[in-house]
Order: sequence, then C-alpha cells, then structure tokens
Amino acid sequence: MADLRYIDDVITLEFDVEKCTGCQQCTWVCPHGVFVMEGNRARLVDRGACMECGACERNCAFDAIHVQSGVGCAAAIIASWFNRGEVACGPADENASGTGGGCC
Amino acid sequence: MPGSKVERPRLDQPFVTGSIDTPAGSVPVVPAALTWSDRIGGCAVRWGIGRYTYTVDPGLYAVGSPDGTSPVLVTANYKLSFDALRRELPGRSAWVLVFDTRGINVWCAAGKRTFGTDEVVARVQKAGLSLIVSHQTLVLPQLGAPGVSAPEVRRRSGFRAVWGPVRAADLPAFLDSGLRATPEMRRVRFTTYDRLVLVPVEFVGSLGIGVGAAAASTLAGGIGPGWYSVPRALARAPLAVAAPLTAVVAGTLVTPLLLPWLRGRMFSAKGLQAGMLASIAVLLLAPAATGWPDLLAAVALILAGASFGAMNFTGASTYTSLHGVEKEMHLAMPWQIAGAAIATLLWIGGGWW
Repeated sequence: MADLRYIDDVITLEFDVEKCTGCQQCTWVCPHGVFVMEGNRARLVDRGACMECGACERNCAFDAIHVQSGVGCAAAIIASWFNRGEVACGPADENASGTGGGCC
Repeated sequence: MPGSKVERPRLDQPFVTGSIDTPAGSVPVVPAALTWSDRIGGCAVRWGIGRYTYTVDPGLYAVGSPDGTSPVLVTANYKLSFDALRRELPGRSAWVLVFDTRGINVWCAAGKRTFGTDEVVARVQKAGLSLIVSHQTLVLPQLGAPGVSAPEVRRRSGFRAVWGPVRAADLPAFLDSGLRATPEMRRVRFTTYDRLVLVPVEFVGSLGIGVGAAAASTLAGGIGPGWYSVPRALARAPLAVAAPLTAVVAGTLVTPLLLPWLRGRMFSAKGLQAGMLASIAVLLLAPAATGWPDLLAAVALILAGASFGAMNFTGASTYTSLHGVEKEMHLAMPWQIAGAAIATLLWIGGGWW
C-alpha cells in the first residue's frame, strides 16, 4: 500500500494516549497499521493512513480513541443526499437507510 | 445457552454434504473443496449477476470432523465470503459460524453493523456453541472489527473474540501458529489482482449510464439547421456512442488497473488522466471531417465521465476515508458537472457547424 495513499488532511482520528492501557486491540484491528505498540501503550504512528472505518474506536474499551467513522464511498455519499439516510453500502432493503453503488 | 432453542442451517443447500452429531444436535457438514457450481456462481457475482441473493443459510457448519477443541471461524452469509473461507481449510477440521449479513461481505456488513456485536452474541447462543466447544473462543475476521467490539463480546457472551487475518489465505498459517497473526496478515492490500476482480462489477454497473448517454447523444446529434435531420444524427452517431462508452472504460477499467501509476491522491484526478489517455485514442480514430465542436464535446464528456466514474471507485477501494471522499467530491464535482454541461452545449451547437 506504500504507493497508494489517500487525502490525509481531513482525517478525524483522535487518540488520547493518557487513557491507553496497552490492551493492543487497536493494533490488531487496524487494517492500515495506524497504531503500533511502544512499551506498554499504543502509539499513533500513521494517522494519514487512517480510512475512518472505526474498528479501533469500537474495540477500545477505555475511550482512548475517537473517529467520525463511515465509508469512503462516493456512490454511498451521493445516495445519502437523496434518501437523507446514513452513508452506508450495499443494496437498499427494508431497514437499511443506505443505498450504495457497486462497492459491496 | 442450555435450555434455549438451537437453530441449524438448512440441509438442502447444494454445498451441504451431510451432518455431524454434537452435544447440541446435528450440524451440517460442508467440504473444503469448491465444486464447479461454486466457482461458476462466484464468477457470476463478480459480474454483478445475482449478487444480492448469493447467500448461504446463517448458522453453524462443520468442515472435516470437528470436535470440542476445534476452532470456530466466523464469516458472513455472502456465499463468496463463505467459499473463500472454506476453500482454505482442506485437511482441517473446524466449525464455521455464518452470520446473517443479508448476503453482504464481512467488511461492508461491519460498516452497516449487520456484522456486529449483537449478531455475535445472538448467533453464538442460537448455535448452542457453548455446548459444542470447550475453548470459548471465536476467530472473527479482522475486517469485521468496524462492527464488532471484542471486549463487549467477551462481556456479553463469555466468548473470547480473537481477530483472524484479513485474508482467508492466511488462515492456515494463523491456525498453525496458535491463533497468532503477523503484522503483515493484519494489513489490507490493493494489488493489481484485487483491483482487477472488481472491474467487471464497476464496469457493468456504469454501463447503463454509458448506454443511456450514448442513446441521448445520438438522438441529440440530429438537432441543427432545419430543426432535425436523421442523416445528421446517423453521421454523428459513431462519436455519440464512442465518447460515453470510452468514458466508462476509462473510469471503471483503465483507472482501477493503473491506479498506483496515475498521479495524485484523488481518484477523480486519476480518472482525469485515464480520460486524457482515452481522449487521445478517440481523437486519433475520429473521421478527419469531424467538426471541432464535436471533437471538443467528446473530449469534455470523456474527461468529466472518466473522472466521475473513477471517483465512484473509492467505494471499492480499500483505503479511502469518508471525510477524504467528501473533500474530493467537493473539489471535483463542480468541474465534472461543468465538463458535462460544456459537452452538451458543444454537441448541440455542433449541429450547426
């Protein structure tokens, strides 16, 4: 992925190292190596590689990570303008608000 | 939970070859090897055929002859995901727990929370899993993490959620090393092959717009002096058809394949470059007598369309963020709309040339 990087100046990821207990969950779930362990705490080493999927925040039991997560999908964003729903992937169905494009 | 009703997947699915007895009733057995029918179905959905109904019945399955110590591997009920998992398990015994994600793959379903903590807790209980395995451990696909909180799963179900590798192909090594993933197994990639398999769905999905634009352009090609002329429409038809279809090819085929080599981070900028390449081809192939407004209209449409088509590939990519895509759309869409408007005006005006 070294040759594929996306716009990185609007990433909403925030990490509060003071709350980190070193449980390692964020280093396991991040698909882009944004966190690594350093001593007995996690360290945010590559914020620009974050794709805002929200896996780290969801798996941090200590409220140390915050990110406004969502899908980086233009078709889903366009669909959300029309149905005023959440930006989400996949086909429209009875209780999903999002109607994405071909991504899922 | 003991006492509650156990649910099992249907036995009449074509890939189920038998059943195995457990302390919580019988469980359907599926082979690790894929059949031709599995492969053909997988090919079809890659082209968008039957993609949203390509499902397996959710619940617990057995691969090989698993017992109380065998690993429990979790996946989505998109059959392509289910098959990608089981085909990595030849010669092994494992339990495969399939979540109801309504036929959507793990990563996208996690984003929608159908692959979520609630589903983990409910599915473990419906499968009677605590009666079947003694280790109280689930191997979840790492890309399910946007929807599942491992600490919460532990608290609510008593099961330990271990994050498996991103790619099913790494599962054998992961299982053999005692459920340990290397940092490399934890990283998503976006290789040429990864992008190539996504092209058919992107292309087919955009073809409708391309064909619609081609039809509209051909019809509009007759407008000019004397209001409307069918011979004029026919004479301009080749370019009217070529331009929109070229835009689709540039945006949904050329851009994905050349992604690392096209400059810039924005997909719309990458698509613009693919559109420029494609425009050169169209200009070289256009009949010498073609008027300049028509050629300019074709180029404007190809650039705008390729840029837009490429931007829609963000959703298929493995590394774009919501706020990044919003920023990109904010910057690119005014230009894309302007390009399409200029193309329309030049094309209609070109009838008088």
